[in-house]
Amino acid sequence: MAEITQLIHQYLRHNKKFPLVFCPGCGHGIVLGSLVRSVHALGLAKDDVVIVAGIGCSGRIAAYVDFNTVHTTHGRALTVATGIKMANPKLTVIAVMGDGDAFSIGGNHLIHAARRNIGVTALVLNNFIYGMTGGQCSSTTPEGAYSHTCPQGQLESAFDIVELTRAAGAAGVSRGTVYHVKELDALMAEAISRPGFNLVEALTPCFTQYGRGNGFKSAVEMFKWLKSSCLSVERYEKLEDRTGKLPIGTFVRRDVDGLETRWANMRQALAAKKGGAA
Amino acid sequence: MGRNRVVVYPDWCKGCGICAAFCPKKVFAVGQDGKARVVNEEACVNCGFCEPHCPDFAVLVIPGETDQTPCPPETAPDPAEQPAAKEVKP
Repeated sequence: MAEITQLIHQYLRHNKKFPLVFCPGCGHGIVLGSLVRSVHALGLAKDDVVIVAGIGCSGRIAAYVDFNTVHTTHGRALTVATGIKMANPKLTVIAVMGDGDAFSIGGNHLIHAARRNIGVTALVLNNFIYGMTGGQCSSTTPEGAYSHTCPQGQLESAFDIVELTRAAGAAGVSRGTVYHVKELDALMAEAISRPGFNLVEALTPCFTQYGRGNGFKSAVEMFKWLKSSCLSVERYEKLEDRTGKLPIGTFVRRDVDGLETRWANMRQALAAKKGGAA
Repeated sequence: MGRNRVVVYPDWCKGCGICAAFCPKKVFAVGQDGKARVVNEEACVNCGFCEPHCPDFAVLVIPGETDQTPCPPETAPDPAEQPAAKEVKP
């Protein structure tokens, strides 16, 4: 197994501040490792991969990996990623976002990126809370959960990300957790290689802001919760009582061309038309 | 078994305890200093859990020779004659 850690070291920027900036027990480091492994498994060169990150704890991921990286403004990771993909469709563009980044301030960008099926992989690190800004409730905080801005329990319902992106027309939607890391590697590699807009939601525990207020005694307990409450989508569908359970796996697989391909086809058709007329 | 080498880099470990809690053979323990330590290296079966699950890339498992080339017990080399695995630095 030693090759796993050695492999990650090949992709890290060692001149950055280590250990990672994340709190002890935060799952973001695991997602970072998973991202590196899936890119390596696909055999992509470092220079052909662009990581676009927004603001939040997840935005720090872009600083640590030795790909082409852009740290953008809050919620606008997908817009920058869209621009990069349209300007140079040969690049593999991965937008790394948090739940606040992707679904709250960047919610509009998300549904429109899914609708137009731009060939970008959106990796959303969902920790159910705004971690970096101090533990305010986010649009994915489950109903009844506690946070600093809902001390009596969240009254609003959480977004169902899978249904949202499915309805918006994304080519691929999947969900993994940092406990089920091997599956997460596979989901991410599949999403990066599929044309069109692909979203991977990675459930990662935030013990510091979410866990402490919601009855978890340690970060390890949050991992145990992920272990016991998440099950594959096939098994989930056979369940009779689905309370407290979360399906993981791939929910949507559509065979569509990315926007950049359709745009290239249009240019080609127009050029042929112009050439034929002349 | 017992040939696997397990290393924790103390500088990168934050002591979250994931390795200690989930290791099926209880190889790790979190010490007083808030860092994970290897306490039972001989028990390691190279199951592959700790390395991808360490959020800080602080755990390294170097598999022993016997894991890569399994051989029948009667021809298995004496563990004492095996050369010690080299520590690999990042």
